[in-house]
Amino acid sequence: MIGNRKDLLGLEELTAEEIVSILDTARTMGEVLERPIPKVPSLRALTAANLFFEASTRTRLSFELAEKRLSADTVSFQTSGSSVSKGETLRDTAANIEAMGIHLVVIRHQASGAPHYLAKVLEAGVINAGDGTHEHPTQGLLDIYTMREHKGRIDGLRVAILGDILHSRVARSNIWGLTKLGAKVTIAGPATMMPAEVERFGVTVAKSVDEAIEGADVVNILRIQLERQRAGLYPSLREYSRVYGVNRERLRRAKPDVLVMHPGPMNRGVEIAQDVADGEHSVILEQVTNGVAVRMAVLYLLAGQKAAGVPVVETPNVEASKRHDEPTLSPRR
Amino acid sequence: MENVREKAEIVDAESLGRAITRISHEIIEKNVGAKELVLVGIRRRGVPLAHRIAAKIQEFEGHAVPVGALDITLYRDDLQTISHQPVVGQTDIPVSIDAKVVVLVDDVLFTGRTVRAALDELIDFGRPRSIQLAVIVDRGHREIPIRADFVGKNVPTSRREVIKVKVTEIDGHDGVSIGELLS
Repeated sequence: MIGNRKDLLGLEELTAEEIVSILDTARTMGEVLERPIPKVPSLRALTAANLFFEASTRTRLSFELAEKRLSADTVSFQTSGSSVSKGETLRDTAANIEAMGIHLVVIRHQASGAPHYLAKVLEAGVINAGDGTHEHPTQGLLDIYTMREHKGRIDGLRVAILGDILHSRVARSNIWGLTKLGAKVTIAGPATMMPAEVERFGVTVAKSVDEAIEGADVVNILRIQLERQRAGLYPSLREYSRVYGVNRERLRRAKPDVLVMHPGPMNRGVEIAQDVADGEHSVILEQVTNGVAVRMAVLYLLAGQKAAGVPVVETPNVEASKRHDEPTLSPRR
Repeated sequence: MENVREKAEIVDAESLGRAITRISHEIIEKNVGAKELVLVGIRRRGVPLAHRIAAKIQEFEGHAVPVGALDITLYRDDLQTISHQPVVGQTDIPVSIDAKVVVLVDDVLFTGRTVRAALDELIDFGRPRSIQLAVIVDRGHREIPIRADFVGKNVPTSRREVIKVKVTEIDGHDGVSIGELLS
């Protein structure tokens, strides 16, 4: 169980103990994935629906695989080819899915707060697979899991998160989870992509990427979204790469055993240099492997909650989650 | 297990040691040696018990028997009904069990459902030549057709009673006690 929770909507609302229990369960799931038959019958009785209103390859495959490894039945859809393109509301889509007897809903949506809304209206457990610029909790968990498996701890770890912090749900989930577990988080990126007053969240803002990398145990590099250039948030890819890209030279400032992470998909040669992406410090593909184990842990723990029938903690109401409709923090002026 | 009133210790440390010694001898006798054996303890208390049987077999036969651990949580048939979701522990089968004789080891045999789950899980790791079952206490009340090959002690019980096998590695001392479920 994750506390008494029905849903996993973000790492913001989880306690350190809840995060640790997910990470511990994920380790067992990792062991299941290495068995001759990498599958257990635990969730045979359940059906999961993967609702992807926004394109995704990695996350969707990872969730589907996690569900199948636990023997749940799965149904999936991507926006194109579904009734959403015919103008059905999120609530109607969800109600129909629930009418089919689905127990767990995994949702990715371009609107921040969409999973919170579903959690409120559905009896099914809801897992946020990325909502707008709000959170991507399972990515945060798999990043933290990968760090913990390598370093043996999170407490006191120096983690640099680099790039577009403002629009990144991955950054937000990382920051919530890491600071709760006692990591020292430093962020750096273009000033146009730094949230205002971000220090409130217990992170340090570095003046440059070099400064952020100095002495880091982990460097987590965010994907730069190409459409942000059109919005005028950075001048050119070449400029971005030169000032903010992580290359071998810059990485020398980190600890000798630094881990290089990236949530994917990578823009090689822009935010991450070719030889860093494939270099000896890179654990980027390991993150993908660990993602399946972490999602199995979340599914298993939430399924246990549904099964036990104990009173669940109400998810925040829709009104309260409206604040996520815009990036939580406004740009630095 | 909080609401249990302990009534009596029915097996002391010495007798428990003797039961383990006898089970070890019986395993060797039935299998004409120890060459093909793999011992697999069911978490939690089956694991230290399996290690102790392995130590005895090594003492008697001079052969080191591999020992594994099985956590059956993900194979339980009651995830939908139990009120507290159990914490999942790790399974560790260190060698291939194909064509081997696997002896499952557990502390108490009761309904048989734990053993059922253990058999399902074990079979996902390979195809042993045979699977046998060793338990310290058989307390009856089987709900499915499963029996043990090696039994330390048969203890007739009522359903309201609770049998607790204690091992030094987990509980600080050895012994078997009987208690009663309160409320």
